[in-house]
Amino acid sequence: MISAQRLSKHYGDFRAVDGISFDVPAGEAFGLLGPNGAGKSTTMRMIGGVSQRTSGQLTIMGLDPEEHGPEVRAHLGVVPQQDNLDEELRVRDNLIVYGRYFGLPMSYLGPKADELLEFAQLTDKASAKVDALSGGMKRRLTIARSLINEPRILLLDEPTTGLDPQARHILWDRLFRLKEAGVTLILTTHYMDEAEQLCDRLVVVDKGQIMAEGSPAQLIRDHSTREVLELRFGSERNTTVAAELQGIGERLEPLPDRVLIYARDGEAALEEVSARGLKPLTSLVRRSSLEDVFLRLTGRSLVD
Amino acid sequence: MTTGFPGRELRLEGSTRPLAALYSRNAKAVIARGLLATRSSNGLVLVSGFFEPVLYLLSMGIGLGALVGELDGPDGRPISYAAYIAPALLAVSAMNGAVYDSTWNVFFKMNFAKLYQGMLYTSLGPLDVAIGEIFLALLRGALYATGFTTVMALMGLLTTPVALLMIPVSVVIAFGFASFGMAITSFMKTFQQMEWVNFVMLPMFLFSATFYPLSVYPQGIQWFIQALPLWHGVELLRQISVASFGPATLIHLGYFVIMIAVGMLLTTLRLRKLFLK
Repeated sequence: MISAQRLSKHYGDFRAVDGISFDVPAGEAFGLLGPNGAGKSTTMRMIGGVSQRTSGQLTIMGLDPEEHGPEVRAHLGVVPQQDNLDEELRVRDNLIVYGRYFGLPMSYLGPKADELLEFAQLTDKASAKVDALSGGMKRRLTIARSLINEPRILLLDEPTTGLDPQARHILWDRLFRLKEAGVTLILTTHYMDEAEQLCDRLVVVDKGQIMAEGSPAQLIRDHSTREVLELRFGSERNTTVAAELQGIGERLEPLPDRVLIYARDGEAALEEVSARGLKPLTSLVRRSSLEDVFLRLTGRSLVD
Repeated sequence: MTTGFPGRELRLEGSTRPLAALYSRNAKAVIARGLLATRSSNGLVLVSGFFEPVLYLLSMGIGLGALVGELDGPDGRPISYAAYIAPALLAVSAMNGAVYDSTWNVFFKMNFAKLYQGMLYTSLGPLDVAIGEIFLALLRGALYATGFTTVMALMGLLTTPVALLMIPVSVVIAFGFASFGMAITSFMKTFQQMEWVNFVMLPMFLFSATFYPLSVYPQGIQWFIQALPLWHGVELLRQISVASFGPATLIHLGYFVIMIAVGMLLTTLRLRKLFLK
């Protein structure tokens, strides 16, 4: 459905996107994972044909979105990073008017809007003003709005940023259902759990370049160990104690607030730490996550 | 959800229609949105735009008019000062409304309300948005012009039915300013730059033979004023108000036809800069 070859976008000297290539088949949930400023949103905007690329090839459903923006976007649903609902219109009118932008007839839009309000659990807010909605409701309305044209491809830019855990889980549930219905999802996020939950396949992006590509499990397998031991010795000692921990586990990552020991068996590593007479304030054994993959690939953590 | 396309690839044909990248022939959706938004917002903005020229007409026309007395109209016959400045104020109001809508309003909706950002992620192209917004600006201008002309009639300033032509012609004037204003907005990046728009408009309002005849200026300044669009608008409406037409009428009208053509061409060329970054 989507094919990008050496896609680049420069703003003056700044390379927001610097030669990335990927292909997304129909029905896949594809993730772009990276920190703020990695070039994820810019990539999304180029896919939507609202940002012009500097170089490279991009085809969406066989067309170049720069040359055929309106036609490509007729089959696209977009959830931008910041909600851009029409504050001058009421909740249901937001859906109807948005549908009119696609040239859809009122006979279709009326029932469709009601169906989407149901889907977004906003039926009782139909005639409310947009600024009276909570953050989670606005997000759900934005997602409902993106579905008004029954898109084949849904672009979601940081869909759950700023939402409380309950609202996130409702959203994830809704996105799962869309995926089951065969919608191709393109998702940017800097939340690992979100990427692990939703994405069949993802690319890790940093500084406009792709650092790694694969399924969440595959990326963890390739770039991290099975388990991680997190130790806190207090902010003063974390770095100094790192020298004494050398040799435990497969790899050591001293961070300002904690020391990470990558090991196949976290409990065994913890025993070894104790055996060396070191007493951390807290210790935690957990499974490796995409966060660790990212740290490994870029030397930085995802959420700054 | 009723949606369902289990994993099928979709390949689109790709239209070869001219401007297919920028235009989807659906400006009416932008217009419908504007009307709906106006209906649900308070009408205060609409009302203030109507009163501004009316207040000028009352204060200047009646107040100053008492001191000034009568002037020579476009056809040489004397007219009251209020009847002299009223068509000029109509032209100014057409200019102000059109420029405000196509510069500040577009700039705000683009950069702050993010309205166009949402629109442009649909089938709409930037040309649909531009045409829709200009149409709305002109509709608003037509409403103001009708209101102002009604006030003129009530004040006894209309002496001929031909003067009703001022309404459609002020829409033409507004079109000239709106098409140019939008093109200019595409070059603007900050609020400070937007202030330049006001910096140009205010002197144009005061000096374009609005309140006194052009003949008070030395020749060089006359030529400069005559090159500016507002003067042509003022003269055009002033001639229509007393049904005094001549070759100059066509020149004034021609000025706006060219201004609209150049403005729309420039706007279309700058659409990607204005809406797509």
